[in-house]
Amino acid sequence: MRYESFLKRAQGLGSAKSGVYHWLLQRITAFALIPLGLWFVGFFLLLLSAPYPEAIHFFSSPWTVTLAISFIIVLFYHASLSMQVIWEDYVPHELTRWCLVMGTHLLSFFLAILSILSILKIYLT
Amino acid sequence: MVQLRLPPNSRIKKGKTFSSPTKGPRMKLFHIYRYDPDTKENPRLDTYELNLDECGPMVLDALIKIKNEVDPTLTFRRSCREGICGSCAMNIDGTNTLACTKHIEACKSDVKVTPLPHLYVVKDLVPDLNFAYSQYTSIKPWLQSDEAPPPDKERLQSIEERRKLDGLWECILCFCCSTSCPSYWWNGDKYLGPATLLQAYRWIVDSRDEVTGERLDNLEDPFKLYRCHTIMNCTNTCPKDLNPGKAIGKIKEKIVERL
Repeated sequence: MRYESFLKRAQGLGSAKSGVYHWLLQRITAFALIPLGLWFVGFFLLLLSAPYPEAIHFFSSPWTVTLAISFIIVLFYHASLSMQVIWEDYVPHELTRWCLVMGTHLLSFFLAILSILSILKIYLT
Repeated sequence: MVQLRLPPNSRIKKGKTFSSPTKGPRMKLFHIYRYDPDTKENPRLDTYELNLDECGPMVLDALIKIKNEVDPTLTFRRSCREGICGSCAMNIDGTNTLACTKHIEACKSDVKVTPLPHLYVVKDLVPDLNFAYSQYTSIKPWLQSDEAPPPDKERLQSIEERRKLDGLWECILCFCCSTSCPSYWWNGDKYLGPATLLQAYRWIVDSRDEVTGERLDNLEDPFKLYRCHTIMNCTNTCPKDLNPGKAIGKIKEKIVERL
């Protein structure tokens, strides 16, 4: 039984006074992914056709490594922000939603670190 | 997870059919959603056959004819019959609109009439708008100013300042837009919805209002505002040809502007 007024329910706990950075960064990373994504597709096609020693050699250039790491960071950050929106849209249960959002952020963080270290390992050896 | 099917007690069953006593060249079938809270029965779609030569041109005329001449239990809201009160907002032919401004002839085949989607139904075509009205109240839709108005005249606005309100003040709060928005369907308990956000923007851009920052503070929330994903159903369905999607975009711009 709920006697609380509709207005009380509509106001809830008030505004979180956040959300603008999430919204803005999602858009900035989306725009950044256009050139980075195109570069990555081109680079990946090049890698596919190259023999192993040549492929390894590509990663000796700091430019390539910088672009690859930038792509990884932007990609996982954008994916993480976007998945958060999807969980918030479709999972009404608050604790489940919170766990999914946190899980997605942690998984993205973990995969990004793993990818970056893998690239650096090739670059540094 | 999100519920993709209607709950068992909301699933629509086939209802009764009422044939027209007179026949003519312009016959039309109306399938109308019926729900009576006094019975434990599921909602049903009743079919009414009307001779359009004996009926006014709008869907509201048809509903009134059915109520007056065929089935007096049919329940719906209506008042002005000229698209200014917003009472007769309902889903006609798959689109939220006003029954009083929707031409029957604009519906190519049979006319299906259901209440505004994803709201609790009070009876037949009458949805429960209490919560939507409270969300509207929560944005304080009135002029707030510390400065007292001039004692001998109104608060003045230039023509340019007044022009900023065009496309906003015309909203009649029929909630066709909010109830067409999937984000409002899924998170309507927190997301304010396009109708309320359009009204919020109407006060944000009002040159006489002095609490713009406070208004933006109260909207900056992942759910209240940022559930809008520019799906634009709101703008497509608005029976007054307004653009709530654009107004929401402008609110987001204003919040970025003050970073």
